[in-house]
Amino acid sequence: MDFTYDDEQDALRDAVRGLLGKAYSDFEQRRQTCKADPGFSEQVWSQMAEMGLLGLPFSEEDGGVGAGPVEIAIVCQEIGRVIAPEPYLQAVVLAGGLVQACGTPEQRQDVLGALAGGERLLAFAHDEPGSRWAPTASAVTAGQNGDSWSLTGTKEPVVQGARADQLVVSAALPDGGTGLFLVDADATERTDYPTYDGGRAAQVTFDATPATPLGEPGRDLAGSIATVQDIARVMAANIAVGAMETALRTTSGYLTSRKQFGVTLNTFQALTFRAADMYVSLELATSVVSWATMVLQTGDVARVRDAAARAGLQASRAGRHIGQEAIQLHGGIGMTAEYSVGSYTAVLTALDHLLGDGDHHLVDLAGSVADHGAIDPLAVG
Amino acid sequence: MQLALSPEDQAFREEMRTFFTTVVPEEIRTKVLEGRELSKEEIAGSMKLLDDHDLAVPHWPEEWGGRGWSDLRRHLYLEEMQAAGCPVPLAFNASMIGPVLAQFASQEMKERFLPKTRSCEIWWSQGFSEPDAGSDLASLRTSAVRDGDDWVVNGQKTWTTLGQYGDWIFTLVRTDPEVKKQAGISMLLIDMTSPGLTVRPIELIDGGHEVNEVWFEDVRVPGENLVGEPGQGWTMAKFLLGNERVGVAPVGATKHALARAKQLVGDRLREPLLAARVAELENELLALELTALRVVAHSADGEPHPASSVLKLKGTELQQAVTELLVDLAGPAGLASGTAEGALPDWVHRTVPTYLNYRKASIYGGSNEVQRQIIARTILGL
Repeated sequence: MDFTYDDEQDALRDAVRGLLGKAYSDFEQRRQTCKADPGFSEQVWSQMAEMGLLGLPFSEEDGGVGAGPVEIAIVCQEIGRVIAPEPYLQAVVLAGGLVQACGTPEQRQDVLGALAGGERLLAFAHDEPGSRWAPTASAVTAGQNGDSWSLTGTKEPVVQGARADQLVVSAALPDGGTGLFLVDADATERTDYPTYDGGRAAQVTFDATPATPLGEPGRDLAGSIATVQDIARVMAANIAVGAMETALRTTSGYLTSRKQFGVTLNTFQALTFRAADMYVSLELATSVVSWATMVLQTGDVARVRDAAARAGLQASRAGRHIGQEAIQLHGGIGMTAEYSVGSYTAVLTALDHLLGDGDHHLVDLAGSVADHGAIDPLAVG
Repeated sequence: MQLALSPEDQAFREEMRTFFTTVVPEEIRTKVLEGRELSKEEIAGSMKLLDDHDLAVPHWPEEWGGRGWSDLRRHLYLEEMQAAGCPVPLAFNASMIGPVLAQFASQEMKERFLPKTRSCEIWWSQGFSEPDAGSDLASLRTSAVRDGDDWVVNGQKTWTTLGQYGDWIFTLVRTDPEVKKQAGISMLLIDMTSPGLTVRPIELIDGGHEVNEVWFEDVRVPGENLVGEPGQGWTMAKFLLGNERVGVAPVGATKHALARAKQLVGDRLREPLLAARVAELENELLALELTALRVVAHSADGEPHPASSVLKLKGTELQQAVTELLVDLAGPAGLASGTAEGALPDWVHRTVPTYLNYRKASIYGGSNEVQRQIIARTILGL
C-alpha cells in the first residue's frame, strides 16, 4: 500500500509539467491556442511525441514505451492542471487503447507507431445521436462484401474528428454485435465545430465508406470497447483531479488578493468555509482516483469496471462542486472567458460527460449494491 | 504506487483479524455490532483483555506498553477491531491522558498512572469544556489556587462523557489569571472521590445519560498531581487534540453499520432510490477509507497530515448519514424507541435514539466548523 511515485515517475511528472506548464504558463496562451484551428497546438503535440508521451501505454514492439497506468495518469493530471487542449485522452488512451487491445500485430505496429511518433492523429468515432456511453454501436452499420467491408451512418460528436488522419469507428455488425474499423478520415464527410471546452468536434458521415476491420473481421468487440472506456474513465478522472487542483488553488489565491469593503475576501468566513469544502471534495476524489489507477494495474476486467465507476462517480460529484464554487467564489470575473476558472469548469463539465456522468455510474453501482457486504479497497485478488 | 499491502502487513492484518474474532467474547462483539450499549464492566473488561495481549495502547511509547507499529499497522489494527465489533479502548485513557502523561509527566507520575491507565483499572474522565468555554476552550474559568502543598479547585466542567464511571478526571484549570489566557492554564489530575467534587447527569435528546456536569467546590488536590509545569496545560491540550493521524475517522464502524443496514433491509434494497442512496454512501465511505490510508501511509515524519481535518469532517458526516439511513429504513416502526420488546424487529427500537445521539459527532473533538477553519487557514492559506 503506497500512494507515492517512485523516482522515475517523479521525473516523468516534472518533465511533463515542464513541457505543458511552459506551453500554457499563461492562461491567455491556452485561450489563443483554442481559438485557432485545430483547437490545440501541433507544436506541443509534436513535443509530446518527442518526449515519448504519445506512445506511453503501448508496447515497445508496437512503437511505444510500455509504461503502466500510473505513468499515463501522471500525464493526464498534468494535462488537467493547465487544461492543455491536446487530445491525449481521445487519441492515445481511447483510440490508441482500442488498437492496442483489438488490432492485429500488423495493425498495432502500423497505427500505434505512427500515433506515437506524432505523424498520425487518431480519433475514436463512437458516439451517435441518442447514445449514452454504451460500448455498442447501432446508427453506423458495417456491411461485408467478400473480404471488403464498408460503413454507413453518422457519428457525432467525434472529438477532433475533422483534424484526425485516421478514425477508429465502432459499428453494428451484420450478424450482431459491435465491431471496430479503421477508416481513412479523408474518405468520410466531416462537419467541424468548436466545443464549449475549447476543443473541436465533428459530425462524421459514412456512406458505404471503405473500412478495415480492427482485428479479426466480424468479431463482437463490445467487451473490449467497454474495458478501454473504463481505462479512459479513470484517466479522465485523473485529468479532472489536475483541473480541480488548479481551480481550487486559483480560487484560494483570488480570495487572498481580491478586496471588497476594504478587506481581502478571505476575511469572510462564508467564503473560506466554502473553499474548505472544495478541498474536502478534492482530497476525497484524489484518493479514489489514485486507487482506481492502481486497480488498473491488476488488469482484472471486473475490478477495473467497478473502480472506473467509483472514480467516475467521485470525480463527477467533486468536479461539479469545485467547478461551480470556483466561479461563485470569484464573482463576476469568474464568468469571463478571459479569466481561467470558467474554462476549468467547462473542461470539468466536458470530462464529466465524456464517458458517463456521476448518475450513470451510480446506476451501475446501485445495481450491484446487494452483491457485497462492505467494500474492502485493500482486497487484491 | 502500489495497491496491495506488503506480505508482512497482510499477515499482520490477518493476525489482528484472528485475534479480534476469536479472543474477544462473541457476546460483547455482537452487542457492539448491533449498536447496543455496553456496561462499564464490559468496556473496562475489554480494554483489560486487550492489555493482557499488549493490544490496548500500541501507539504509546514502547517502554509504557506501545508496540512501535507504523501508522499503517495502527490503522489496520483499528479497522480490524471495529470490523470485528471489539470495543475500542477507552479513548480518555488510551488516546487522551495516556499519551499526555507519557510525553509530559514526571517519571514518578508515569509509573503511578500509566500501567493502570493502560489496563483501565483507572477509568479516566475528561474535564475540558465549560459552559462558557466550548470551541473557545482557552477561555475556561475553573480555577486552581495554591494553598500550601495543595491546589484548591473551584468551577464547573461540562459534557464530561461517562463521568458517572470516572475514577479520575484530567482537568484543565486556570492557575494564573494574570497572564495571556492560554499561558495561565495547567493540567491537574483529580481523584473523583475528592470531597467537594460532584457529578450531575445531563439528559440528552436520545433519552440517555452519557454526559455530565462536574462541579468543583473547594476541591483540594495534592500539588504532585499537576502534570508537568504550571502553565503547560494549553500545550498539553493541543498535543492531545491535535496529534492524531490514525483513527480520526471511524471508518470500520461506519462501514459495518452500512453493511448491516443492507442486511436488515433485505429485498427492499432493489428499490432504485434506496439502492442509489446506499451505493453513493458506499462510494463516499470508500473515498474516506482511502484518504485515511493516504494519511497513515504518508506521515512517517511524525507531523499531522493536512488531510486529517478532512477525515474528521467527512468521517462524522458519513457516520451521521448512516444513522439517518437506518431511521428511514425503520420508517414508522422507529417510533417504538421506549421498548425492546414487542412485534417489531429488534433493530428498529434504537434507530432514532442513535440518530439523535450521533448529532454529537460533528460537534465534539473540534466541531466540523473548527475543522473547516483549520483547512482554510493551514492548508489553503486563507
